[in-house]
Amino acid sequence: MTVHEAPHACPQQALTLKDFKSSVEPIWCSGCGDFGVLQALQRALAELGRPPHEVVVVSGIGCSSRLPAYTTAYGFHGVHGRALPVATGLKLARPDLEVITVGGDGDGYSIGGNHFLHACRRNVNLTYIVMDNRVYGMTKGQPSPTTEADWDSDAAPGGTGVKPFSPLAIALAAGANFVARGFALDVKPLANLIVEAVRHPGFSFLEVLSPCITFRPEEMEWKKSIERNAVQATADRAAATAAILGGGEMATGVFFKGDRGSYAEAPKGHGDAEKIAAKFLVA
Amino acid sequence: MSTTRKSVAIVIAGSGGTGAITAGSTLLATAARDGHYGLMTKLSGAQVRGGEAAALIEIGPEPIEAQPDRFDALIALDWENIDRFAPEIPLDGDSLVFSDPKAGAVPPVIAATGARIVEMPFTALAHSVEGGRVNMVGFGVAATLAGLDDDAIEAAVRAQIGGKGEKAVAASLAAARVGEEALNALGLSFALPMGEKKTRWMCSGNDAVGLGALRGGIEFVAAYPITPATEITEWLAVEMQEHGGRVVLAEDEIAAINMCCGASFAGVPTMTITSGPGLALKVETLGLAVAAELPMVVVDVMRVGPSTGVPTKSDQGDLDIALRGTPGDAPRVVLAPMSIADCASTTEWAVNVAEALQTPVMLLSDQSIGQTQTIIDIPENRPAKLRRLTEPFAEGVDFRRYALTDSGVSPMPAPGRPGTQWVADGLSHKESGHPSNAAVDHVAQLNKRLRKLELFDWGDGWAETFGPADATTALVAFGSTVGPAKEAARRLTAAGQPTKVVALRLISPLRKGPFAAALAGARRVVVVEQNASGQLYRHLLGEKALPTFAESFARPGPAPFRPAEIVAQLETALAEAAE
Ligand SMILES: Cc1ncc(C[n+]2csc(CCOP(=O)(O)OP(=O)(O)O)c2C)c(N)n1
Ligand code: SF4
Ligand SMILES: [Mg+2]
Repeated sequence: MTVHEAPHACPQQALTLKDFKSSVEPIWCSGCGDFGVLQALQRALAELGRPPHEVVVVSGIGCSSRLPAYTTAYGFHGVHGRALPVATGLKLARPDLEVITVGGDGDGYSIGGNHFLHACRRNVNLTYIVMDNRVYGMTKGQPSPTTEADWDSDAAPGGTGVKPFSPLAIALAAGANFVARGFALDVKPLANLIVEAVRHPGFSFLEVLSPCITFRPEEMEWKKSIERNAVQATADRAAATAAILGGGEMATGVFFKGDRGSYAEAPKGHGDAEKIAAKFLVA
Repeated sequence: MSTTRKSVAIVIAGSGGTGAITAGSTLLATAARDGHYGLMTKLSGAQVRGGEAAALIEIGPEPIEAQPDRFDALIALDWENIDRFAPEIPLDGDSLVFSDPKAGAVPPVIAATGARIVEMPFTALAHSVEGGRVNMVGFGVAATLAGLDDDAIEAAVRAQIGGKGEKAVAASLAAARVGEEALNALGLSFALPMGEKKTRWMCSGNDAVGLGALRGGIEFVAAYPITPATEITEWLAVEMQEHGGRVVLAEDEIAAINMCCGASFAGVPTMTITSGPGLALKVETLGLAVAAELPMVVVDVMRVGPSTGVPTKSDQGDLDIALRGTPGDAPRVVLAPMSIADCASTTEWAVNVAEALQTPVMLLSDQSIGQTQTIIDIPENRPAKLRRLTEPFAEGVDFRRYALTDSGVSPMPAPGRPGTQWVADGLSHKESGHPSNAAVDHVAQLNKRLRKLELFDWGDGWAETFGPADATTALVAFGSTVGPAKEAARRLTAAGQPTKVVALRLISPLRKGPFAAALAGARRVVVVEQNASGQLYRHLLGEKALPTFAESFARPGPAPFRPAEIVAQLETALAEAAE
């Protein structure tokens, strides 16, 4: 492949949050949890020390998926639900780049559910941050795969009657190499989780509980119900799954850090196509 | 028989496990080594694996570009279900049908063709040789019937079977020899005149698309398997191991094209490969690639649709979706290779155009082009290399990814480059790339995308014209319809109706001026295509690119177009017009 050497411009001073703040004004409602995630990501990127031009933030569609334009990194705001395949192609084509994928619960678990499974399974060295507000915010308040069965909405009066699923347990079953949960309003601990997720090799999945102040104002109460420092990271997939499924829905921290090998890199170099053409010759 | 014959057309057919296709491939390989051109179509039953199969082969000293109107011989290794292929194996009173008396009676559909039935004890002959197999006896009969040379037979058998060891080669050659002797004893021959011995290509269209991709510089491929396109992905997966780059098997077609978006954004030439049902899934993201101006090649090897349709048979019914199948206004490039020989260079051109114009390029192949094996002259014309514009016009100023340039093409730096960070977005955007729902921005960017397609220097690769300059009849075609149209035009011209073929390689954007010039002088224009709805005809009408008297000859697959059908259509239409 073409060798893209990312110029490691050694910054004179350490990077700061400001280096990752773009001039684009977020469209989010004031008080939206996603502001916390954006700030935590900017902090984490500064901490990680890769300059903005070596980072790509990829997303799908939704309120949360608007995030890429709000950093100074390269960005990709694609179609609904397909952020993970975009990030996969990007990272496989350019392993030298830091690729961070972000989005919402609808984007990642509904329309993009299949890609979520296969991204965990494929284990490309990526970080995936889902801002789970248990609702489709952008389309103004419909239930998602993580919404409580009895949550009343215009789209499902009285609730869907369908039990939400556990994205963390699914990620573990599908093979993710790092599984953690954070809370959007705990910016500093969230930034630390992001740093850890990015540093961990393979596919790192970070679920962030991010309140939608507009369509689920009751989620602001999560501030009180979040269980901080209640999780012990393990390399045992079964134990991590048990911890996730055995209550602790509001527990934040790292549940699982595995040691699966990442998806192999492509063979380097670009051969001579004429050698291959010679295989067509007959005489 | 006559020594002026231009070709011989032979079918080798047999039930599961008899190896009819291997025999056919070996016949084609022998013809190649004896100085001939050739074409081989494979038919198989509904079974996933095994089951009856037939190799339909035409070989001869001149290039062969269409399935024959009729077959000179059918070599039936047995009769188990072979009669199911009867509609695709036109036989007549001059045809020979070789039948093993042990295989039972010749099926009525075959007998009814009036072909001469010749008894040939394939099983007994195979048993007379140690390790002998019926298919190689059949191969020997076929090769001898065509008058192919013994040295060529041996070289081809070694090339095809050599991997299985010397014993297998010896058994195959011995079996071929008893077939040869049995035929000679009957004194039957369709011997071909000598062909010119020279180095040629033997490949399928799918193989050649793979080669064109590598020549064009494709480094990243993502695809989900689908008949009849899978061979391209498989060919590339094998070749790219050595060559470099990567093939990713995506979880579905949507993932595949989105992976291409990511790789393309990352600065790498990319391709995804599918057939109709998969193209339908890719459509939303195709629109993203248009809007965000991401170069990529999207290959569609068309099969009969809608829905699952006839997966193993050709049709040209995806043109509409290729031209217009996205929500919103999404101007795009649609290219179609017009023959197997054209696959490598048209694919290479597709990569160049995609990179130069930063846009998805649809490459419309079809099952007939993709899965037919052929012997052709080594294609010579290759497109000039074109690359993506990656460097910004000026350093230090605010970088505008979607700057409104005269050409419509603006710089697309890849991540890793400092100072030019931009965000690819499917939202309507300003020059900076930042989202905007202002009409002025949307229209300016849409016009930019239209402009870059219109102003591009397409050169003269947009089409090929075949036939006499003073032709009064013009056939317009694309893809696998071009071959039979060319043969039909040759016959019509020979019969005193000078006919040319205007074969479109660039279907969109249509080169209206040059197209009008190519049609000039024709008092009859017939658009020939393999779909029921006349998709090419309606596209050309919509572009006001056809004279008012232009006719449409559109009929769906799965039956392949044969030259005689096109000639007959022209004659019938003429007769009707005269009434
Ligand atoms: C193919 C497609 N279907 C539907 C939509 C409409 N749509 C946009 S965002 C969205 C849901 C977003 O929910 P989520 O991912 O949870 O993001 P949030 O807005 O809650 O952050 C939907 C259904 C779309 N843009 N594209
Ligand atoms: S609707 Fe909800 S998720 Fe969307 S921006 Fe407003 S608060 Fe945030
Ligand atoms: Mg949501």
